[in-house]
Amino acid sequence: MPITDIPRPLGKKLQDGRSFFPSGVADGGAGRVRLVPGIEPPILADVRLRINGTEHQLTIDTRTSLLDLLREHLDLTGAKKGCDHGQCGACTILIDGRRANACLALAVAHNGAEIVSVEGLADGDILHPLQRAFIEHDAFQCGYCTPGQLCSAVGMLDEVRDGWPSAVTPLLAAEGEIELTAAEIRERMNGNLCRCGAYANIVPAIGDAAA
Amino acid sequence: MRPFRFERATDAQQAVALLGDAPDARYLGGGTNLVDLMRLGVETPGTLIDVTRLVGYDRIDEGDDGGLRIGAAVRNSDLAADPRVRERYPVLAEAVLHGASGQLRNLATVGGNLLQRTRCAYFTDVTKPCNKRALGTGCPAREGRHHNHAIFGHSEHCVATHPSDMAVALAALGATVHALGPAGARTIPIPGFYRLPEDAPHRDTLLEPGELITAVELGPPPGRQTRQRYRKVRERRSFAFALASVAAVLDLESSGTVSDVRIALGGVAHMPWRATRAEVALRGAPVTPERATEAAQAELEYAQPLRDNSYKVELAHNLIAATLMELAA
Ligand SMILES: Cc1cc2nc3c(=O)[nH]c(=O)nc-3n(C[C@H](O)[C@H](O)[C@H](O)COP(=O)(O)OP(=O)(O)OC[C@H]3O[C@@H](n4cnc5c(N)ncnc54)[C@H](O)[C@@H]3O)c2cc1C
Ligand code: SF4
Ligand code: FES
Ligand code: FES
Repeated sequence: MPITDIPRPLGKKLQDGRSFFPSGVADGGAGRVRLVPGIEPPILADVRLRINGTEHQLTIDTRTSLLDLLREHLDLTGAKKGCDHGQCGACTILIDGRRANACLALAVAHNGAEIVSVEGLADGDILHPLQRAFIEHDAFQCGYCTPGQLCSAVGMLDEVRDGWPSAVTPLLAAEGEIELTAAEIRERMNGNLCRCGAYANIVPAIGDAAA
Repeated sequence: MRPFRFERATDAQQAVALLGDAPDARYLGGGTNLVDLMRLGVETPGTLIDVTRLVGYDRIDEGDDGGLRIGAAVRNSDLAADPRVRERYPVLAEAVLHGASGQLRNLATVGGNLLQRTRCAYFTDVTKPCNKRALGTGCPAREGRHHNHAIFGHSEHCVATHPSDMAVALAALGATVHALGPAGARTIPIPGFYRLPEDAPHRDTLLEPGELITAVELGPPPGRQTRQRYRKVRERRSFAFALASVAAVLDLESSGTVSDVRIALGGVAHMPWRATRAEVALRGAPVTPERATEAAQAELEYAQPLRDNSYKVELAHNLIAATLMELAA
């Protein structure tokens, strides 16, 4: 059986869902993965998704996350890969109207879903009110976290409208309108980290857009 | 990541049968823990069986006694937002809302939350030994980095904690897990659903291989005089796992006397830790600052901190005492 040696820099993780190196394969310290062709080929599946209003039918490796599908297959690079572990929120998109981490969502598990990424927020040339508020409030610096912040805020405001409580909502049991204080916004946006620390402007931007 | 086949089950029997056909298969909930662990190489399933669309398991049903049956596929966010949960079991809603982020809770399911794995850094690093991941390789955390590990019930084989906030509240509420396996259906009460590491830390729970969680059941809601609270201490104010947490359910007579109390601690053991010694110390008299402190002491006396986590003893002590005082006020 042919054995291919593929050089691999020591200590570097393969991040890409498309690669088919079985992770955890011992490389014997040689910095090489022994890859046996044909043993574990990628497994493909068909998915149908409605993305930012357009139907897409794709054949993908089952390992593909929604994030990789958007970025690598459709060139929709708005959603960002900050950590690939659910920790930063840069990949936040809306799945059937709910905000979610695209990096941990397998595309095959969301077959048939309606996806909105930051590219789908504006109405043609007219920016979404949250996008306008972010610009008005200077709510970003490098902008890397911004697409995730925006999608997260859109989903979050819907959750508030639906009366969902947060960990800081004073009367958990009381149904009715939630007062969107700065503390509420901060808690509800806890899954979106900003390395530039633009929080001081992100919070009022969201507050304004909600008003 | 190893390539895997993807199957979607539409009913519980079918899910169990599918898994029976593929021994290296795993059930897939929201994937927020499993996909992460697959990406790290900790989990290497050959098949994933999506159990989020099992018909009827994404609902919360009400029993005749006012209790609730929460389907395993209910998303964490829907559970915490449910008016019945918020009104009757607020400690559960609070615990869920103190876990993860809004995005993650929208994906995460009840079944997956209960079965999430420890956040021990050796467990998630496949280049390190770890008995939980690879039984028999050792436990580097015992002598290594363990500032966030267990102070109760650990063994020489594993000192990890269970990370779920939801499970801590369910332990205080005395909830029951419904499971379905190749051998049929059964129910297991929490916290007994979880286990201590002993010499088999690779097993977090009593579930047998192939068993599917179908639902979590809550008994009749506690009476009007019952007060409930979840408190969690973390390294930052939000979006972090617990260093220690407490779920307390306190029943008071009109005189203020404690008729019943249930206290569970999170972040301190391999399972939600029922503070039964504290509970015993509290029953039969009103909660005073002295009695709250004594109760906390009665439990923490038995703590076995590791080299770098003795701070958790005082932390858990103060959490219990402060939460009791808050509830009794
Ligand atoms: C950045 C980050 C921060 C987090 N912070 C917190 C926190 O503060 N507190 C907290 O409690 N949690 C926290 N979590 C963990 C999160 O709550 C869990 O990942 C989530 O609840 C798992 O649910 P899931 O449906 O996504 O499970 P999955 O990842 O799909 O599955 C987890 C495990 O359960 C098994 N499984 C799933 N469903 C069933 C079923 N019905 N029957 C049998 N087996 C099943 C799977 O095979 C797998 O082994 C955090 C996660 C991340 C990524
Ligand atoms: S504490 Fe448990 S999970 Fe952590 S290294 Fe030791 S055996 Fe592994
Ligand atoms: S890339 Fe998904 S949360 Fe960081
Ligand atoms: S603007 Fe740079 S990370 Fe947020």
